[in-house]
Amino acid sequence: MTDHYLISPILTHLFSVILLLFCWKKVRLQKVISISSNAVIMMIAVFLWMKVWNQGILSMQGGDWQAPYGITFVADTFSATMILLTAVAGFAVATFSAAGISKQRIQHGYFPIMHLLLMGLNGAFFAGDIFNLYVWFEVIIIASFVLMTLGGKKPQMEGAINYVTMNLLASVIFLTAIALLYGLTGTLNMADLSLKVALVQNRSMVNVTALLFFVGFGIKSAVFPLYFWLPSSYNTPPSAIAALFGGLLTKVGIYALIRMFTLIFPPDEFLHYLFLFVAIATLLTGAAGALIKRDFRKMLSYLIICHIGYMVAGLGLFTKSGMNGALFYLFQDIVVKTNLFLIAGVIFKMMGTMNMDRLGGLAKSHPRLSALMAIAFFTLIGIPPMSGFWPKISLIRESFTTDSYLLLAALIIASFLTMYVMMKMWTDIFWKAQTQEIPQGKNSFDELRPHHRQLLIIPIAFLCLLSLALAFGAEQVAQVSNRITTELMEPQGYIDAILKPNSKP
Amino acid sequence: MNSIILRTASAYLLPLLLLFSIFILLRGHYEPGGGFVGGLTAAIAFVLHLIANGLQKTRSLLRYHPGVFIPTGLLLSFASGVAPMFVGRPFMTGLWLSEPIPVLGTIGSSLFFDVGVYLVVLGVTLTILFTIVENT
Amino acid sequence: MELLLVILIGVLYASGLYMMLRRSMVKLLIGLILIGNGANLLIFLLGDLSKGKPPVIDVALTAFQNAYADPVPQSLILTAIVISFGLQSFAVVLLKRVYMITDTDDLDQLNSDDQDI
Repeated sequence: MTDHYLISPILTHLFSVILLLFCWKKVRLQKVISISSNAVIMMIAVFLWMKVWNQGILSMQGGDWQAPYGITFVADTFSATMILLTAVAGFAVATFSAAGISKQRIQHGYFPIMHLLLMGLNGAFFAGDIFNLYVWFEVIIIASFVLMTLGGKKPQMEGAINYVTMNLLASVIFLTAIALLYGLTGTLNMADLSLKVALVQNRSMVNVTALLFFVGFGIKSAVFPLYFWLPSSYNTPPSAIAALFGGLLTKVGIYALIRMFTLIFPPDEFLHYLFLFVAIATLLTGAAGALIKRDFRKMLSYLIICHIGYMVAGLGLFTKSGMNGALFYLFQDIVVKTNLFLIAGVIFKMMGTMNMDRLGGLAKSHPRLSALMAIAFFTLIGIPPMSGFWPKISLIRESFTTDSYLLLAALIIASFLTMYVMMKMWTDIFWKAQTQEIPQGKNSFDELRPHHRQLLIIPIAFLCLLSLALAFGAEQVAQVSNRITTELMEPQGYIDAILKPNSKP
Repeated sequence: MNSIILRTASAYLLPLLLLFSIFILLRGHYEPGGGFVGGLTAAIAFVLHLIANGLQKTRSLLRYHPGVFIPTGLLLSFASGVAPMFVGRPFMTGLWLSEPIPVLGTIGSSLFFDVGVYLVVLGVTLTILFTIVENT
Repeated sequence: MELLLVILIGVLYASGLYMMLRRSMVKLLIGLILIGNGANLLIFLLGDLSKGKPPVIDVALTAFQNAYADPVPQSLILTAIVISFGLQSFAVVLLKRVYMITDTDDLDQLNSDDQDI
C-alpha cells in the first residue's frame, strides 16, 4: 500500500523545530509548543499504528521516484510500533523537560534540538533505503552531540568527548559498510538489497560487510566489547536528556541490527554464534558493571548495557519465539528505561546527589511517590506479572529448546544480578535511614511551584501506567510481537510492499 | 587583520562573491552547483569581510543575527517539500510551472528548496564562525 | 588508477586510526577526518571509476548518447561530505570548549569522572 502521508510524524517534528527556532528566547512559549506538538505526534503515531495494523505494510516514495531508485519510506508493524513508543517517550520527556531543564539550557536551544533528535529517530525507523538510514543516524548523532554538551561543565564535557568519538567512528564504519555493499550489489534500497545480496557470488565479502554493519550498529547499541563510551557519558547530562538517550538511542541501534540481519544478511552459523557470544558477554559484563557502581545513573547505564544483551540474544537465537521475546523486551525496555532516568532526575532534585551512600529515607519523606517509583523498579526486575517477566520467560525457554545452555545460564545470572542491583538501589534510596542532612538549598523539589512539580510527576506516572498496561496486556503485546516476527522472518511481504506497491496481495 | 589591500579588495569582492553565489544557486538544478555550494560561497564572502574588517562591522553589515537565516531557510525548504502533498503527490515531488520565466528559467518547487538550503547553510556557517571568532 | 586509490584509501584509514589512538585531542579529530575522507574515497572507488564522463547528462541532449558516470556514488559522497562538514565543525567547537574548561589537550586527563567506583 502506498500512503503519501506516511511521514507526517517526521514532518510535524520538523515543523516544530522551525517554530521553536523562531521563538528562540521565549522560554514559556517553547515549552507549550513542544508539549503540544509531542501530543499531536503521539496521536498521529497511534493512527499510523492502527492503519499499519489493519492494512499491512505501508510505503512511500520520496519525490515520486519509484523504488529501487527513489528514497523509500516504509512502515511495517515493527517501524510503526517503534514510532509509537518514540512518540510516547518523547511526550513524557518533553513534559518532564518543561520543569526539569534549566532556563539557560532552553535559551540555548534545548527544545528545537530535542525535536530534531526525535525527528531523526522517526526517520531512522521509517527508512527503507540504507543510505537514508545513514543520514538519519547522522541527524540523530548531531542532535545528541549538541544535547550532550549543552551548557556543560567539566564532567559533561569529558563524557561528551567519549560519546562524540565513538559515534563518529561508528558512522564512519557504517559508511564504509555501505560503500562495500554498493560496490557488491549496485543498489541501496533495502528491499532490493535483500534480493541482490543473496545472489552475490563473493560470500566472504558479504560476510565482511555484514560484520562491518555489526560493528557500526554494535557501537551505537552498546554491545560487548564496544560499550565503554556509554557508562562514561550517559550519567553526565541532565536527566531528561539522559532519559531520551537511555530509552531510545541504544534501541535505534538494536532496531537497525534486527532490520539488517533479518532482511539483508540472514545469520549463517558464524554470525549466529557471534551474536550468542556477544549477547552472553554483554549480559554478564553489563550486570557486573552495575554491581560495583555506586552512582544511581551509572548503575542504570550498566543496566542498559546488560539488557541490550537480551535483545541481541533473541536475534542470535533467530527462532520465532526467540525473536518474539527480544521484541517484547525491546518495547517494554524503552518505556521503563526512560522512566527510570526521569525518576533519577526527580531523586536528584530531592536530594541533590546521585551517590547511593548519601541517598536514603525517601520512602518516609515521600511515601506516595515512592510507591509510584516502585512500579518502574519492579518492572525492570521482571517480577511477574510485570512486563519484564514475559519476554524473559520466552527467551529462557527458547534457549532451552535450542540447547544454548551457556546463554541460558547467562540469561538467568543477568536476571538475578539485575534483581540484586535493583533491590540494593531500592533499599539504599528508599528504605535506608537518611544518613546525613540534605545540604541547604539542595532540595529543590519541595520548593518547586506545585504545577512544576506536577510536570515532573505526570510523565513518570504516565510511563508507569504504560508499563502496567504492557504487563497486564501481555497477551496483546505478544500478538503484536508475533506479527512483527512473522513479518521479519518472512521478508517477502516487506519486499513486495516496496518493489510492487500497487499489486494487491 | 589590518591590511588596507584586503579591506579595499573585500569591499569589491563581497558583492561579486554574493552575486556569484546566487548564480551558482540558480544554475544548480541541471548543472553542477546548487544551494549548498551557493550558501558556502556566500558565507565565504562574509568571512572575507570579517577577516578584513572585524566581527563588529560584519555584524552590522548583516543586520540580522545569522541564526535567523536557519529557521527561515528551513521553513522555505519545508514548505516546498510539503507543497506537493496538498495536490496528492508524495513528499518532495517536483512541481513545475509550465511556462519558463525570463532570466530564471523554469520555476519549480525544487528551486525554493534550494533557496532554503542556501539560507540554512549560510546561517549555520556564519553562526559557527562567529562563535569561534567571538571566543578568541 | 584503481590501485593508486586503493593504496591511498589504505593509507588514509591506517593513518586515521593511528592518529585516533594518540592521546592528544586535536590528533583524535585529525584522525577522524582522515578516516572520513578514506570512506568517501572508498565509495568513489567502489562506484566504478570512469574517466572523463560527467554524471550529468547535457541539457541539450534528449537521449543517452555516451556512457555516463554513475551519479549515485557521487551524490552519496556529496551527502557524506556535507554531513562530515557539520560534524567536524561541531567537533572543533567542542574541542575548543573542552580545552577551555579543562585546560589540557591530553585525553588521559579527561577521566576524572570515572575515578569513583
